[in-house]
Amino acid sequence: MSQAPAPQPASRASAKKELPEHFRGYKHVWVFIEQERGEVHPVSWELLGAGRKLADKLGVQLCGAVLGAPGEATRAAIAEAFRYGADVAYLVEDPILSDYRNESYSKALTQLVNAHKPEILLLGATTLGRDLAGSVATTLLTGLTADCTELAVDADGSLAATRPTFGGSLLCTIYTLNYRPQMATVRPRQMPMPPRDAARVGQVIPFKADLNEDEIITKILKFIPDRDSTKSNLAFADVVVAGGLGLQSAENFQLVRNLASVLGAEFGGSRPLVQKGWIGSDRQIGQTGKTIRPKLYIAAGISGAIQHRVGVEGADMILAINTDKNAPIFDFAHLGVVTDAIRLLPALTEAFRKRLSPHNRDRLAG
Amino acid sequence: MKILVCIKQVPDSAQIRVHPVTNTIMRQGVPTIINPYDLFSLEEALKLRDKFGGEVTVLTMGPPMASEALRKALAIGADRAILLTDRSFAGSDTLATTYALSQAIRKIEQVYGAQDIVFAGKQTIDGDTAQVGPGVAKRLDILQLTYVSKIESCDPDKREIILERRAEGGVQVLKTKLPCLITMLEGSNEVRRGTIDDSLRAARAQIVTWSAKDAEIADLTKCGLKGSPTIVKKVFAPTPRTERAALIEPAKTSADTAEALIGAIFARSASLEEDMTKLASGF
Repeated sequence: MSQAPAPQPASRASAKKELPEHFRGYKHVWVFIEQERGEVHPVSWELLGAGRKLADKLGVQLCGAVLGAPGEATRAAIAEAFRYGADVAYLVEDPILSDYRNESYSKALTQLVNAHKPEILLLGATTLGRDLAGSVATTLLTGLTADCTELAVDADGSLAATRPTFGGSLLCTIYTLNYRPQMATVRPRQMPMPPRDAARVGQVIPFKADLNEDEIITKILKFIPDRDSTKSNLAFADVVVAGGLGLQSAENFQLVRNLASVLGAEFGGSRPLVQKGWIGSDRQIGQTGKTIRPKLYIAAGISGAIQHRVGVEGADMILAINTDKNAPIFDFAHLGVVTDAIRLLPALTEAFRKRLSPHNRDRLAG
Repeated sequence: MKILVCIKQVPDSAQIRVHPVTNTIMRQGVPTIINPYDLFSLEEALKLRDKFGGEVTVLTMGPPMASEALRKALAIGADRAILLTDRSFAGSDTLATTYALSQAIRKIEQVYGAQDIVFAGKQTIDGDTAQVGPGVAKRLDILQLTYVSKIESCDPDKREIILERRAEGGVQVLKTKLPCLITMLEGSNEVRRGTIDDSLRAARAQIVTWSAKDAEIADLTKCGLKGSPTIVKKVFAPTPRTERAALIEPAKTSADTAEALIGAIFARSASLEEDMTKLASGF
C-alpha cells in the first residue's frame, strides 16, 4: 500500500501547546459525511451545524469529506452538505466505496487527511463512525475524543471537546494540543439540526484515493436491511416516555408503555433497566444508549445521573416524576412532581387520553 | 485455534457515587466487575475453542488488582490469563492503551504462538469510547470487525470466517480472513457460568504478570501520559440549570395531580397540545 506515512508526532505530550512545525499547515474544520447504501446519516448534518460554529470562530472553511461510489447518491450528498453549511466538499468517488468496509474507508479517509490536512475532523459516533474513527486516529497517531457532548474553540484556537467521564457521573474537557488533526466523535441527536439553505452551493475538490479491490480482503456477501417495524424510532420521536428503577419491577414498566401508546410516543428507559433485562438495549436512553431531542420527554422514576442527562438535555420540555425531591433530575427538568410514578402514571395516561381525544381535537380546530 | 480476549476491569458503575461537596468520585467500596461487553466476546471465544480445540488466553492491562477480573475469566472457562501492569501505563488514553496492548499481544504470540482471532469488548462501561478494539487491530495490522452479532462459520484450515455485522440500517454478512480482531454485540450470545472444575482451576491458577519490561514494550514514551495525545484539562460536575424544575404540588388524588400536570405542560407550550393531539390520533 503506497500510503503516505503519517507525520511523526512530537515526542512528548504536554499541557502546553507546542505544535510541531509539520502540523502548522493543518487548517480547516472537516466533517465526515457518513453515507451508507445511498443515504446520509442525519448526524452528518448535525455535525455540520456544530462545525460551522467552530470554523467561524477560527476563521477557516467548513469542509465535508464525502466518500462513496460514483453516482447520484454521492452527488446528492455533496449538494446537501452545502445546503447544511459546508463551504467545500472533498470527494472520494470509487466503486470500492459503495458499501462501508473498514479497510477501504480507513485507507481512503487517511489518505485524504494526509493530503489535505484538516486541523479538526469530526465524525458521528454511529456504528460506522466509531469503527472508522478509531482506525483513522490510530493510523494518524493523533488524539480522538469519543462521544462529545459539547465542542468549542478556546482562546488559542484549540478544540475543547467535552464528554461525560467516570461512567457518566462527571464531565471532562479534553484537548489534543500537539497533534493534528484534532479528532472527535459526536452521537446522533446530540447537536441540533442546522438550518438548511436550499440555494447554498460550494466548491467540490475531487481526490483520487489509492484503492485496489484485490487488496481489500473483507468481502460483503449480503446486506440484510432492518425491517422498519423492528426499528425503534426513539432518537427522532416528538414525544418520549421513559422509566427508571423507581418503577420497582419489570411488570410496572408496562405503565410506561401504556402512556406511550396513548400519546403515540416512543418509550425507553435508563441504563439499569437494560442491565436488569426489563427493556432491550435499543430502548436505552442516555450516554451509552440513544440521545433524544423530543418536544416532550416524560421521565418516570429516573433519578437523572449525568449519563442519562446528556442523552435527554436536547428535549424542549422535560417532565420528571420522582419520589426523591433531591433527585438530580429536578436540576435539569422543566417541570416536576414529587410523587410515586407507579401511582401517577395510570392517572396521567387516563387524563391524556381524555385531553387528546378526537373530540377535543375538533374543539381545537374549531 | 489460538484465541486472545482483551478484557478490562471496571467499577460497577451502578454503584459509583460522587462526593456531594468535592465533586470527586468516591471509589472506595465500589465493587469491580469484568466490563460486561467483554463477556460476550469471551463467550464467543470459548465457543470457538470448544468447537475447534485450542486455547483461549485473556489479557488485561491495569493495576495489580485487575488480576481479580482475570481470575473471573478463568472461572468462566478461559485457559490462561495475562496481566499487563506497570506504573508507566498510568494515564494512558486510547492511543497509548492500544500501543501497550498491541506490544503485549506480540509478546504473547512469541511465547504462546500466533493468535488466530483477537477479541475485544465492543466498548467499556467506564470509558465508553469503543476505540480500543479498532486501535489494537490497526496496531497489529489485522482485519477489524466490530459490532458482530453472529459468527456464521469459521474454517481455521482455510483461514476463513463468515460473520454478521451490525451496520446502520441493517446487517452486513461479511467473509474475511484470519487473523482478525472481533468485537461482539451485546446479547449476541448467552454467557456461560463456567463449571465447578473451572472455578477450582481459576482459584489455584497462576496469573502471568508482565511489567512493561517483561512484555518487551519497545518504546515507553508511547505509553501512559507521555504517549497520550489527548490531555484532560478539566473534570467538572455539570452545572444545574439556573432554574430548577417548577414543581407541581401533588393533589389529593392522582387524577387531580395528572390534570394539573397536563395543564402546566400545555401552559408552557401552546403548540404542543396541537402537536400531541395529532400524534395521539395517529397523524
